[in-house]
Amino acid sequence: MGTDSSIVRFEDVSLHFGDTPALDHVSFEMGAGETRVVFGAAGSGKTMLLKVAVGLQKPDSGRVFLFGQDITHLSEERLFDLRARVGILFQEGALFDSLTIADNVAYPLENQRILQTVGAGSEQRSIEERVVETLRFVELEQTLDKFPSELSGGMRRRVGIARAVVTQPELELYDSPTAGLDPITAHTIISLILKERDTRNTATIIVTHRYQDGQLMANFRYNPNSGEIEAAPRGSEETVDTKFLIMQAGRLVFEGTEPEFLACTDEYVRKFARPGAS
Amino acid sequence: MLDFLKPPIQTFQDFVLVSSRALGNVFRRPHYNSDIFQQMDIIGVGSLPITSMVGWFSGIVMALQMSRALTTYGAESRVGEIVSITLVRELGPVLTALLVAGRNASGMASELGSMKVTEQIDAMRALGTDPSQKLVTPRLIASATMLPLLTIIADCIGMIGGYFVASTQLGLTSSEYWTSAWQVLEYNDLAQGLIKPFAFAIIIALVGCFYGIRTSGGTQGVGRATTNAVVWSSLWIIVINTLITQVFVNF
Ligand SMILES: Nc1ncnc2c1ncn2[C@@H]1O[C@H](COP(=O)(O)OP(=O)(O)OP(=O)(O)O)[C@@H](O)[C@H]1O
Ligand SMILES: [Mg+2]
Repeated sequence: MGTDSSIVRFEDVSLHFGDTPALDHVSFEMGAGETRVVFGAAGSGKTMLLKVAVGLQKPDSGRVFLFGQDITHLSEERLFDLRARVGILFQEGALFDSLTIADNVAYPLENQRILQTVGAGSEQRSIEERVVETLRFVELEQTLDKFPSELSGGMRRRVGIARAVVTQPELELYDSPTAGLDPITAHTIISLILKERDTRNTATIIVTHRYQDGQLMANFRYNPNSGEIEAAPRGSEETVDTKFLIMQAGRLVFEGTEPEFLACTDEYVRKFARPGAS
Repeated sequence: MLDFLKPPIQTFQDFVLVSSRALGNVFRRPHYNSDIFQQMDIIGVGSLPITSMVGWFSGIVMALQMSRALTTYGAESRVGEIVSITLVRELGPVLTALLVAGRNASGMASELGSMKVTEQIDAMRALGTDPSQKLVTPRLIASATMLPLLTIIADCIGMIGGYFVASTQLGLTSSEYWTSAWQVLEYNDLAQGLIKPFAFAIIIALVGCFYGIRTSGGTQGVGRATTNAVVWSSLWIIVINTLITQVFVNF
Protein backbone atom coordinates (compact mmCIF):
# COMPACT_ATOMS: atom_id res chain seq x y z
CA MET A 1 0.00 0.00 0.00
CA GLY A 2 3.03 2.28 0.36
CA THR A 3 3.33 5.25 2.66
CA ASP A 4 0.31 7.08 1.25
CA SER A 5 -2.24 7.26 4.04
CA SER A 6 -4.99 9.05 2.09
CA ILE A 7 -8.23 7.24 1.33
CA VAL A 8 -9.14 9.26 -1.75
CA ARG A 9 -6.85 11.60 -3.64
CA PHE A 10 -7.48 13.50 -6.87
CA GLU A 11 -4.53 15.05 -8.71
CA ASP A 12 -5.62 17.54 -11.33
CA VAL A 13 -8.45 15.35 -12.59
CA SER A 14 -10.45 16.41 -15.65
CA LEU A 15 -13.34 14.75 -17.42
CA HIS A 16 -15.28 16.04 -20.41
CA PHE A 17 -18.44 14.92 -22.15
CA GLY A 18 -18.12 16.52 -25.55
CA ASP A 19 -17.52 20.16 -24.74
CA THR A 20 -19.09 20.13 -21.28
CA PRO A 21 -16.55 19.78 -18.50
CA ALA A 22 -17.91 17.41 -15.85
CA LEU A 23 -14.70 17.73 -13.84
CA ASP A 24 -12.23 20.54 -14.49
CA HIS A 25 -8.75 20.16 -12.92
CA VAL A 26 -10.04 18.89 -9.59
CA SER A 27 -7.55 18.14 -6.82
CA PHE A 28 -8.34 17.17 -3.24
CA GLU A 29 -7.44 14.62 -0.66
CA MET A 30 -9.11 12.98 2.31
CA GLY A 31 -7.70 10.74 5.02
CA ALA A 32 -9.10 7.87 7.05
CA GLY A 33 -12.08 8.71 9.24
CA GLU A 34 -12.64 12.10 7.61
CA THR A 35 -15.84 13.57 6.21
CA ARG A 36 -16.42 15.61 3.08
CA VAL A 37 -19.66 17.42 2.32
CA VAL A 38 -20.02 18.24 -1.38
CA PHE A 39 -22.30 21.07 -2.50
CA GLY A 40 -22.88 22.35 -6.01
CA ALA A 41 -25.54 23.32 -8.52
CA ALA A 42 -27.20 20.67 -10.69
CA GLY A 43 -24.77 19.43 -13.33
CA SER A 44 -21.71 20.77 -11.52
CA GLY A 45 -20.04 17.35 -11.49
CA LYS A 46 -20.79 16.02 -8.00
CA THR A 47 -21.95 12.59 -9.18
CA MET A 48 -19.01 12.32 -11.57
CA LEU A 49 -16.66 13.13 -8.70
CA LEU A 50 -17.93 10.07 -6.84
CA LYS A 51 -17.92 7.83 -9.92
CA VAL A 52 -14.37 8.79 -10.84
CA ALA A 53 -13.28 8.19 -7.24
CA VAL A 54 -14.14 4.49 -7.51
CA GLY A 55 -13.20 4.02 -11.15
CA LEU A 56 -16.73 3.69 -12.52
CA GLN A 57 -15.75 6.47 -14.88
CA LYS A 58 -12.21 7.00 -16.17
CA PRO A 59 -10.91 10.59 -16.18
CA ASP A 60 -9.55 12.18 -19.37
CA SER A 61 -6.49 13.43 -17.55
CA GLY A 62 -5.03 13.63 -14.06
CA ARG A 63 -4.59 10.84 -11.55
CA VAL A 64 -6.93 9.24 -9.03
CA PHE A 65 -5.83 7.33 -5.94
CA LEU A 66 -8.09 5.07 -3.90
CA PHE A 67 -6.73 3.65 -0.64
CA GLY A 68 -3.34 4.93 -1.73
CA GLN A 69 -3.37 2.97 -4.98
CA ASP A 70 -3.29 4.65 -8.37
CA ILE A 71 -6.53 3.54 -10.03
CA THR A 72 -6.37 5.85 -13.04
CA HIS A 73 -5.56 3.05 -15.45
CA LEU A 74 -6.46 0.04 -13.32
CA SER A 75 -8.42 -2.70 -15.08
CA GLU A 76 -12.01 -3.42 -14.05
CA GLU A 77 -11.05 -6.80 -12.53
CA ARG A 78 -8.40 -5.26 -10.31
CA LEU A 79 -10.79 -2.51 -9.28
CA PHE A 80 -13.30 -5.06 -7.91
CA ASP A 81 -11.05 -5.76 -4.91
CA LEU A 82 -10.76 -2.09 -4.05
CA ARG A 83 -14.44 -1.39 -4.60
CA ALA A 84 -15.30 -4.15 -2.16
CA ARG A 85 -13.94 -1.77 0.49
CA VAL A 86 -16.27 1.06 -0.59
CA GLY A 87 -20.01 1.47 -0.05
CA ILE A 88 -21.98 3.59 -2.50
CA LEU A 89 -25.48 5.03 -2.34
CA PHE A 90 -26.43 6.05 -5.87
CA GLN A 91 -28.42 9.20 -6.56
CA GLU A 92 -31.42 7.29 -7.90
CA GLY A 93 -30.95 4.43 -5.45
CA ALA A 94 -30.11 1.93 -8.18
CA LEU A 95 -31.70 -0.94 -6.28
CA PHE A 96 -32.00 -4.10 -8.37
CA ASP A 97 -35.72 -4.04 -9.10
CA SER A 98 -35.89 -7.73 -9.98
CA LEU A 99 -34.61 -8.71 -6.52
CA THR A 100 -36.33 -8.52 -3.13
CA ILE A 101 -35.13 -6.10 -0.50
CA ALA A 102 -33.35 -8.92 1.34
CA ASP A 103 -31.62 -10.07 -1.85
CA ASN A 104 -30.62 -6.51 -2.69
CA VAL A 105 -28.93 -6.09 0.66
CA ALA A 106 -27.43 -9.59 0.46
CA TYR A 107 -26.05 -8.94 -3.02
CA PRO A 108 -22.69 -7.43 -2.03
CA LEU A 109 -22.12 -10.24 0.47
CA GLU A 110 -23.10 -13.00 -1.96
CA ASN A 111 -20.94 -11.39 -4.58
CA GLN A 112 -17.89 -11.29 -2.38
CA ARG A 113 -18.48 -14.95 -1.59
CA ILE A 114 -18.70 -15.84 -5.30
CA LEU A 115 -15.54 -13.94 -6.11
CA GLN A 116 -13.58 -15.50 -3.29
CA THR A 117 -15.13 -18.85 -4.26
CA VAL A 118 -15.55 -19.78 -0.58
CA GLY A 119 -17.78 -22.78 0.09
CA ALA A 120 -21.47 -22.07 0.68
CA GLY A 121 -23.39 -23.65 3.56
CA SER A 122 -22.10 -22.17 6.80
CA GLU A 123 -21.60 -18.83 5.05
CA GLN A 124 -25.21 -18.73 3.93
CA ARG A 125 -26.46 -18.55 7.49
CA SER A 126 -24.31 -15.62 8.44
CA ILE A 127 -25.27 -13.72 5.28
CA GLU A 128 -28.92 -13.93 6.30
CA GLU A 129 -28.10 -12.76 9.79
CA ARG A 130 -26.11 -9.82 8.52
CA VAL A 131 -28.86 -8.81 6.10
CA VAL A 132 -31.49 -8.78 8.85
CA GLU A 133 -29.12 -6.95 11.16
CA THR A 134 -28.39 -4.29 8.55
CA LEU A 135 -32.04 -3.83 7.66
CA ARG A 136 -32.73 -3.42 11.36
CA PHE A 137 -30.03 -0.73 11.37
CA VAL A 138 -32.06 1.26 8.85
CA GLU A 139 -35.29 0.25 10.62
CA LEU A 140 -36.75 -1.70 7.72
CA GLU A 141 -36.51 -5.31 8.86
CA GLN A 142 -40.22 -5.84 8.14
CA THR A 143 -39.73 -5.34 4.39
CA LEU A 144 -37.43 -8.33 3.73
CA ASP A 145 -39.56 -10.00 1.07
CA LYS A 146 -40.93 -6.90 -0.62
CA PHE A 147 -39.68 -5.59 -3.95
CA PRO A 148 -38.19 -2.10 -4.35
CA SER A 149 -41.23 -0.94 -6.34
CA GLU A 150 -43.43 -1.60 -3.30
CA LEU A 151 -41.54 0.83 -1.07
CA SER A 152 -41.75 4.59 -0.73
CA GLY A 153 -38.92 6.81 -1.94
CA GLY A 154 -37.57 7.35 1.55
CA MET A 155 -37.67 3.63 2.32
CA ARG A 156 -35.83 2.84 -0.92
CA ARG A 157 -33.18 5.38 0.03
CA ARG A 158 -32.74 3.57 3.35
CA VAL A 159 -32.46 0.20 1.61
CA GLY A 160 -29.79 1.77 -0.59
CA ILE A 161 -27.94 2.81 2.56
CA ALA A 162 -28.31 -0.71 3.96
CA ARG A 163 -26.82 -2.17 0.78
CA ALA A 164 -23.96 0.34 0.95
CA VAL A 165 -23.06 -0.37 4.57
CA VAL A 166 -23.67 -4.13 4.78
CA THR A 167 -20.09 -5.05 3.90
CA GLN A 168 -18.75 -2.62 6.54
CA PRO A 169 -16.65 -0.67 4.05
CA GLU A 170 -13.87 1.72 4.99
CA LEU A 171 -15.21 4.43 2.70
CA GLU A 172 -18.84 5.46 2.17
CA LEU A 173 -20.07 7.59 -0.73
CA TYR A 174 -23.60 8.98 -0.49
CA ASP A 175 -25.00 10.72 -3.57
CA SER A 176 -27.82 13.07 -2.61
CA PRO A 177 -29.28 10.86 0.14
CA THR A 178 -31.89 13.43 1.17
CA ALA A 179 -32.95 14.81 -2.22
CA GLY A 180 -36.70 14.96 -2.66
CA LEU A 181 -37.51 13.85 0.88
CA ASP A 182 -39.52 15.59 3.59
CA PRO A 183 -37.51 17.20 6.43
CA ILE A 184 -38.32 14.46 8.92
CA THR A 185 -37.25 11.58 6.68
CA ALA A 186 -34.21 13.56 5.57
CA HIS A 187 -33.22 14.01 9.20
CA THR A 188 -33.64 10.27 9.85
CA ILE A 189 -31.39 9.49 6.91
CA ILE A 190 -28.64 11.86 7.99
CA SER A 191 -28.87 10.35 11.49
CA LEU A 192 -28.32 6.92 9.96
CA ILE A 193 -25.33 8.21 8.02
CA LEU A 194 -23.88 9.73 11.22
CA LYS A 195 -24.52 6.48 13.06
CA GLU A 196 -22.67 4.53 10.38
CA ARG A 197 -19.83 7.03 10.32
CA ASP A 198 -19.36 7.27 14.08
CA THR A 199 -19.79 3.63 15.10
CA ARG A 200 -17.01 2.45 12.79
CA ASN A 201 -15.19 5.70 12.07
CA THR A 202 -15.87 5.32 8.34
CA ALA A 203 -14.51 7.88 5.90
CA THR A 204 -17.56 9.54 4.34
CA ILE A 205 -18.26 11.69 1.31
CA ILE A 206 -21.78 13.03 1.10
CA VAL A 207 -23.23 14.95 -1.82
CA THR A 208 -26.22 17.05 -0.90
CA HIS A 209 -28.27 20.10 -1.79
CA ARG A 210 -29.40 20.75 1.77
CA TYR A 211 -27.54 23.19 3.97
CA GLN A 212 -28.82 21.39 7.10
CA ASP A 213 -27.22 18.10 6.04
CA GLY A 214 -23.81 19.76 6.06
CA GLN A 215 -24.49 21.31 9.46
CA LEU A 216 -25.40 17.93 10.91
CA MET A 217 -22.39 16.19 9.38
CA ALA A 218 -20.04 18.88 10.68
CA ASN A 219 -21.44 19.54 14.15
CA PHE A 220 -23.21 16.42 15.30
CA ARG A 221 -22.20 12.91 16.20
CA TYR A 222 -23.89 9.65 17.06
CA ASN A 223 -24.01 8.75 20.72
CA PRO A 224 -23.98 4.95 21.03
CA ASN A 225 -25.29 5.09 24.61
CA SER A 226 -28.44 7.07 23.95
CA GLY A 227 -28.80 5.88 20.34
CA GLU A 228 -29.44 9.49 19.34
CA ILE A 229 -27.38 12.10 17.56
CA GLU A 230 -26.07 14.96 19.68
CA ALA A 231 -24.09 18.15 19.21
CA ALA A 232 -20.38 17.44 19.06
CA PRO A 233 -18.20 19.63 21.28
CA ARG A 234 -16.43 22.40 19.41
CA GLY A 235 -12.97 21.37 18.27
CA SER A 236 -13.74 17.66 18.58
CA GLU A 237 -12.66 15.13 15.99
CA GLU A 238 -15.96 15.29 14.10
CA THR A 239 -15.95 19.04 13.58
CA VAL A 240 -12.27 19.24 12.67
CA ASP A 241 -12.29 16.35 10.21
CA THR A 242 -15.31 17.58 8.27
CA LYS A 243 -14.60 19.73 5.25
CA PHE A 244 -16.92 21.32 2.71
CA LEU A 245 -16.27 21.08 -1.02
CA ILE A 246 -18.16 23.36 -3.39
CA MET A 247 -18.36 22.48 -7.10
CA GLN A 248 -19.16 24.90 -9.88
CA ALA A 249 -19.33 23.76 -13.51
CA GLY A 250 -16.83 20.97 -12.88
CA ARG A 251 -14.41 23.09 -10.88
CA LEU A 252 -13.74 22.72 -7.17
CA VAL A 253 -14.19 26.36 -6.16
CA PHE A 254 -13.96 25.99 -2.39
CA GLU A 255 -12.55 23.56 0.14
CA GLY A 256 -12.54 24.24 3.86
CA THR A 257 -13.95 23.67 7.34
CA GLU A 258 -17.32 24.98 8.42
CA PRO A 259 -16.12 28.31 9.88
CA GLU A 260 -14.15 28.97 6.71
CA PHE A 261 -17.17 28.03 4.64
CA LEU A 262 -19.44 30.41 6.55
CA ALA A 263 -16.87 33.17 6.33
CA CYS A 264 -16.32 32.80 2.60
CA THR A 265 -17.29 35.88 0.65
CA ASP A 266 -17.57 34.29 -2.79
CA GLU A 267 -21.11 34.82 -4.01
CA TYR A 268 -21.59 31.31 -5.42
CA VAL A 269 -20.22 29.66 -2.26
CA ARG A 270 -22.38 31.84 -0.01
CA LYS A 271 -25.49 30.58 -1.77
CA PHE A 272 -24.90 27.18 -0.15
CA ALA A 273 -23.91 28.58 3.23
CA ARG A 274 -27.24 29.82 4.40
CA PRO A 275 -30.30 27.94 5.57
CA GLY A 276 -33.01 27.40 3.03
CA ALA A 277 -30.55 27.37 0.14
CA SER A 278 -31.16 24.74 -2.44
CA MET B 1 -14.78 13.20 -46.28
CA LEU B 2 -15.78 9.77 -45.16
CA ASP B 3 -16.94 11.21 -41.84
CA PHE B 4 -20.43 9.84 -42.25
CA LEU B 5 -18.93 6.35 -41.97
CA LYS B 6 -17.42 7.04 -38.57
CA PRO B 7 -20.44 6.46 -36.30
CA PRO B 8 -21.41 3.09 -37.80
CA ILE B 9 -17.81 1.89 -37.74
CA GLN B 10 -17.48 3.04 -34.15
CA THR B 11 -20.69 1.22 -33.25
CA PHE B 12 -19.51 -1.94 -34.95
CA GLN B 13 -16.20 -1.72 -33.12
CA ASP B 14 -18.02 -1.39 -29.79
CA PHE B 15 -20.20 -4.33 -30.75
CA VAL B 16 -17.16 -6.50 -31.45
CA LEU B 17 -15.70 -5.49 -28.10
CA VAL B 18 -18.86 -6.28 -26.13
CA SER B 19 -19.33 -9.54 -28.03
CA SER B 20 -15.83 -10.85 -27.60
CA ARG B 21 -16.00 -10.11 -23.91
CA ALA B 22 -19.32 -11.94 -23.54
CA LEU B 23 -18.10 -14.90 -25.59
CA GLY B 24 -14.88 -15.08 -23.60
CA ASN B 25 -16.86 -15.10 -20.37
CA VAL B 26 -18.55 -18.34 -21.40
CA PHE B 27 -15.29 -20.07 -20.49
CA ARG B 28 -14.51 -17.95 -17.46
CA ARG B 29 -15.63 -18.13 -13.86
CA PRO B 30 -17.86 -17.22 -12.09
CA HIS B 31 -20.91 -18.68 -13.80
CA TYR B 32 -24.29 -17.40 -12.72
CA ASN B 33 -26.23 -20.60 -13.18
CA SER B 34 -29.51 -19.41 -11.75
CA ASP B 35 -29.48 -16.52 -14.21
CA ILE B 36 -28.81 -18.97 -17.05
CA PHE B 37 -31.76 -21.17 -16.08
CA GLN B 38 -34.04 -18.20 -15.61
CA GLN B 39 -33.17 -16.97 -19.11
CA MET B 40 -33.66 -20.45 -20.55
CA ASP B 41 -37.13 -20.41 -19.08
CA ILE B 42 -37.92 -16.96 -20.47
CA ILE B 43 -36.49 -17.62 -23.93
CA GLY B 44 -37.27 -21.32 -24.34
CA VAL B 45 -40.45 -22.07 -22.46
CA GLY B 46 -41.77 -18.55 -23.00
CA SER B 47 -41.41 -18.71 -26.78
CA LEU B 48 -42.69 -22.26 -27.16
CA PRO B 49 -46.40 -21.51 -27.78
CA ILE B 50 -45.80 -18.88 -30.42
CA THR B 51 -43.06 -20.77 -32.27
CA SER B 52 -45.24 -23.91 -32.29
CA MET B 53 -48.11 -21.98 -33.80
CA VAL B 54 -45.89 -20.48 -36.45
CA GLY B 55 -44.41 -23.90 -37.24
CA TRP B 56 -47.88 -25.41 -37.56
CA PHE B 57 -49.22 -22.76 -39.90
CA SER B 58 -46.14 -22.58 -42.08
CA GLY B 59 -46.32 -26.37 -42.54
CA ILE B 60 -49.94 -26.04 -43.58
CA VAL B 61 -49.26 -23.15 -45.94
CA MET B 62 -46.33 -24.90 -47.60
CA ALA B 63 -48.39 -28.04 -48.16
CA LEU B 64 -51.30 -26.03 -49.58
CA GLN B 65 -49.12 -23.99 -51.92
CA MET B 66 -47.15 -26.97 -53.15
CA SER B 67 -50.09 -29.30 -53.54
CA ARG B 68 -51.47 -27.17 -56.36
CA ALA B 69 -48.21 -27.10 -58.27
CA LEU B 70 -47.52 -30.76 -57.64
CA THR B 71 -51.00 -31.90 -58.72
CA THR B 72 -50.44 -30.47 -62.20
CA TYR B 73 -47.52 -32.93 -62.54
CA GLY B 74 -49.39 -35.69 -60.79
CA ALA B 75 -46.67 -35.60 -58.12
CA GLU B 76 -48.79 -34.78 -55.10
CA SER B 77 -47.33 -37.75 -53.22
CA ARG B 78 -44.11 -35.79 -52.92
CA VAL B 79 -45.63 -33.00 -50.83
CA GLY B 80 -43.98 -34.44 -47.70
CA GLU B 81 -40.54 -34.01 -49.23
CA ILE B 82 -41.08 -30.39 -50.05
CA VAL B 83 -42.62 -29.51 -46.74
CA SER B 84 -39.84 -31.12 -44.78
CA ILE B 85 -36.99 -29.69 -46.83
CA THR B 86 -38.28 -26.13 -46.82
CA LEU B 87 -39.07 -26.30 -43.13
CA VAL B 88 -35.81 -27.81 -41.98
CA ARG B 89 -33.56 -25.74 -44.21
CA GLU B 90 -35.25 -22.37 -44.22
CA LEU B 91 -38.62 -21.67 -42.72
CA GLY B 92 -38.08 -23.34 -39.36
CA PRO B 93 -34.78 -21.64 -38.49
CA VAL B 94 -35.57 -18.24 -39.97
CA LEU B 95 -39.15 -17.83 -38.78
CA THR B 96 -38.35 -19.08 -35.29
CA ALA B 97 -35.34 -16.80 -35.06
CA LEU B 98 -37.30 -13.77 -36.26
CA LEU B 99 -40.00 -14.45 -33.70
CA VAL B 100 -37.51 -14.91 -30.90
CA ALA B 101 -35.73 -11.75 -32.05
CA GLY B 102 -38.98 -9.84 -31.81
CA ARG B 103 -39.74 -11.31 -28.44
CA ASN B 104 -36.39 -11.63 -26.70
CA ALA B 105 -33.90 -9.30 -28.38
CA SER B 106 -36.36 -6.54 -27.58
CA GLY B 107 -36.85 -7.90 -24.08
CA MET B 108 -33.11 -8.00 -23.43
CA ALA B 109 -32.57 -4.51 -24.82
CA SER B 110 -35.36 -2.98 -22.76
CA GLU B 111 -34.44 -4.83 -19.58
CA LEU B 112 -30.74 -4.03 -19.72
CA GLY B 113 -31.56 -0.55 -21.03
CA SER B 114 -33.74 0.22 -18.01
CA MET B 115 -31.03 -1.12 -15.74
CA LYS B 116 -28.53 1.13 -17.46
CA VAL B 117 -30.55 4.33 -17.17
CA THR B 118 -31.44 3.66 -13.53
CA GLU B 119 -27.75 3.18 -12.70
CA GLN B 120 -28.29 -0.49 -11.80
CA ILE B 121 -25.46 -1.52 -14.12
CA ASP B 122 -23.13 0.99 -12.45
CA ALA B 123 -24.29 -0.33 -9.08
CA MET B 124 -23.44 -3.82 -10.21
CA ARG B 125 -19.94 -2.75 -11.21
CA ALA B 126 -19.58 -0.86 -7.95
CA LEU B 127 -20.50 -4.02 -6.03
CA GLY B 128 -17.87 -6.02 -7.88
CA THR B 129 -19.90 -7.83 -10.55
CA ASP B 130 -18.91 -7.83 -14.19
CA PRO B 131 -22.17 -6.86 -15.99
CA SER B 132 -21.05 -8.78 -19.05
CA GLN B 133 -20.62 -11.97 -17.01
CA LYS B 134 -23.79 -11.49 -14.99
CA LEU B 135 -26.14 -10.17 -17.69
CA VAL B 136 -24.88 -10.83 -21.21
CA THR B 137 -23.28 -14.26 -20.95
CA PRO B 138 -26.31 -16.00 -19.34
CA ARG B 139 -28.54 -14.63 -22.10
CA LEU B 140 -26.07 -15.79 -24.70
CA ILE B 141 -25.81 -19.31 -23.31
CA ALA B 142 -29.57 -19.59 -22.81
CA SER B 143 -30.36 -18.42 -26.36
CA ALA B 144 -27.74 -20.65 -27.95
CA THR B 145 -29.19 -23.72 -26.27
CA MET B 146 -32.89 -22.90 -26.53
CA LEU B 147 -33.20 -21.59 -30.08
CA PRO B 148 -32.00 -24.84 -31.76
CA LEU B 149 -34.46 -26.76 -29.58
CA LEU B 150 -37.31 -24.41 -30.42
CA THR B 151 -36.44 -24.75 -34.09
CA ILE B 152 -36.53 -28.56 -33.94
CA ILE B 153 -39.95 -28.38 -32.28
CA ALA B 154 -41.24 -25.88 -34.85
CA ASP B 155 -39.95 -28.10 -37.70
CA CYS B 156 -41.71 -31.17 -36.31
CA ILE B 157 -44.99 -29.38 -35.68
CA GLY B 158 -44.75 -27.89 -39.17
CA MET B 159 -44.40 -31.34 -40.68
CA ILE B 160 -47.45 -32.48 -38.76
CA GLY B 161 -49.28 -29.46 -40.18
CA GLY B 162 -48.20 -30.54 -43.65
CA TYR B 163 -49.45 -34.04 -42.96
CA PHE B 164 -52.79 -32.62 -41.89
CA VAL B 165 -53.20 -30.99 -45.31
CA ALA B 166 -51.82 -33.99 -47.19
CA SER B 167 -54.21 -36.41 -45.56
CA THR B 168 -57.36 -34.28 -45.56
CA GLN B 169 -57.01 -32.55 -48.94
CA LEU B 170 -54.70 -34.75 -51.01
CA GLY B 171 -55.79 -38.08 -49.58
CA LEU B 172 -52.24 -39.27 -48.84
CA THR B 173 -51.81 -42.07 -46.33
CA SER B 174 -49.74 -41.52 -43.26
CA SER B 175 -46.90 -43.76 -44.47
CA GLU B 176 -46.80 -42.16 -47.93
CA TYR B 177 -46.36 -38.74 -46.36
CA TRP B 178 -43.96 -39.55 -43.54
CA THR B 179 -41.67 -41.90 -45.51
CA SER B 180 -41.01 -39.27 -48.14
CA ALA B 181 -40.75 -36.52 -45.55
CA TRP B 182 -38.09 -38.37 -43.56
CA GLN B 183 -36.16 -40.00 -46.36
CA VAL B 184 -35.52 -36.82 -48.26
CA LEU B 185 -33.59 -35.27 -45.38
CA GLU B 186 -29.84 -35.58 -45.68
CA TYR B 187 -27.08 -34.74 -43.22
CA ASN B 188 -26.53 -31.53 -45.10
CA ASP B 189 -30.11 -30.43 -44.36
CA LEU B 190 -29.96 -31.38 -40.72
CA ALA B 191 -26.59 -29.68 -40.29
CA GLN B 192 -27.75 -26.38 -41.72
CA GLY B 193 -31.04 -26.74 -39.88
CA LEU B 194 -29.12 -26.76 -36.61
CA ILE B 195 -26.20 -24.47 -37.36
CA LYS B 196 -28.55 -21.71 -38.45
CA PRO B 197 -30.52 -21.40 -35.21
CA PHE B 198 -27.29 -21.61 -33.24
CA ALA B 199 -25.82 -18.69 -35.19
CA PHE B 200 -29.09 -16.74 -35.04
CA ALA B 201 -29.26 -17.22 -31.27
CA ILE B 202 -25.84 -15.68 -30.86
CA ILE B 203 -26.92 -12.72 -33.01
CA ILE B 204 -30.12 -12.24 -31.02
CA ALA B 205 -28.46 -12.31 -27.62
CA LEU B 206 -25.46 -10.18 -28.54
CA VAL B 207 -27.39 -7.54 -30.48
CA GLY B 208 -30.15 -7.37 -27.85
CA CYS B 209 -27.70 -7.01 -24.96
CA PHE B 210 -25.41 -4.68 -26.88
CA TYR B 211 -28.14 -2.12 -27.51
CA GLY B 212 -29.34 -2.61 -23.93
CA ILE B 213 -26.10 -1.85 -22.16
CA ARG B 214 -25.18 1.12 -24.34
CA THR B 215 -28.53 2.79 -23.72
CA SER B 216 -28.37 6.45 -22.76
CA GLY B 217 -30.91 9.19 -22.47
CA GLY B 218 -33.62 7.97 -20.12
CA THR B 219 -36.87 6.28 -21.07
CA GLN B 220 -36.69 7.47 -24.64
CA GLY B 221 -33.27 5.88 -24.90
CA VAL B 222 -34.74 2.56 -23.77
CA GLY B 223 -37.33 2.78 -26.54
CA ARG B 224 -34.66 3.49 -29.12
CA ALA B 225 -32.51 0.65 -27.86
CA THR B 226 -35.43 -1.78 -28.14
CA THR B 227 -36.24 -0.73 -31.69
CA ASN B 228 -32.61 -0.93 -32.73
CA ALA B 229 -32.23 -4.36 -31.19
CA VAL B 230 -35.17 -5.82 -33.14
CA VAL B 231 -34.32 -4.13 -36.42
CA TRP B 232 -30.63 -5.01 -36.41
CA SER B 233 -30.97 -8.53 -35.09
CA SER B 234 -33.62 -9.31 -37.72
CA LEU B 235 -31.50 -7.82 -40.46
CA TRP B 236 -28.43 -9.74 -39.38
CA ILE B 237 -30.43 -12.95 -39.20
CA ILE B 238 -31.49 -12.53 -42.83
CA VAL B 239 -27.95 -11.67 -43.95
CA ILE B 240 -26.24 -14.48 -42.05
CA ASN B 241 -28.92 -16.89 -43.27
CA THR B 242 -27.98 -16.07 -46.84
CA LEU B 243 -24.30 -16.62 -46.13
CA ILE B 244 -24.84 -19.97 -44.42
CA THR B 245 -27.15 -21.11 -47.20
CA GLN B 246 -24.55 -20.13 -49.77
CA VAL B 247 -21.93 -22.21 -47.97
CA PHE B 248 -24.18 -25.28 -47.77
CA VAL B 249 -25.36 -25.05 -51.34
CA ASN B 250 -21.77 -25.46 -52.47
CA PHE B 251 -21.28 -28.69 -50.54
N1 LIG C 1 -23.39 9.91 -19.40
C1 LIG C 1 -23.22 11.21 -19.65
N2 LIG C 1 -23.14 11.66 -20.93
C2 LIG C 1 -22.94 12.97 -21.20
N3 LIG C 1 -22.82 13.93 -20.27
C3 LIG C 1 -22.90 13.56 -18.98
C4 LIG C 1 -23.10 12.19 -18.61
N4 LIG C 1 -23.12 12.14 -17.26
C5 LIG C 1 -22.96 13.39 -16.83
N5 LIG C 1 -22.82 14.26 -17.84
C6 LIG C 1 -22.59 15.71 -17.74
O1 LIG C 1 -21.58 15.92 -16.78
C7 LIG C 1 -21.86 17.04 -15.99
C8 LIG C 1 -21.79 16.69 -14.51
O2 LIG C 1 -22.83 15.76 -14.22
P1 LIG C 1 -23.10 15.19 -12.77
O3 LIG C 1 -24.02 14.06 -12.92
O4 LIG C 1 -21.84 14.92 -12.08
O5 LIG C 1 -23.84 16.41 -12.10
P2 LIG C 1 -24.31 16.55 -10.59
O6 LIG C 1 -23.48 17.59 -9.96
O7 LIG C 1 -24.33 15.22 -9.94
O8 LIG C 1 -25.78 17.11 -10.78
P3 LIG C 1 -27.13 16.78 -9.95
O9 LIG C 1 -27.10 17.64 -8.73
O10 LIG C 1 -28.21 17.20 -10.87
O11 LIG C 1 -27.12 15.33 -9.65
C9 LIG C 1 -23.22 17.56 -16.44
O12 LIG C 1 -23.01 18.66 -17.27
C10 LIG C 1 -23.81 16.42 -17.22
O13 LIG C 1 -24.59 16.92 -18.27
MG1 LIG D 1 -25.75 13.93 -9.40
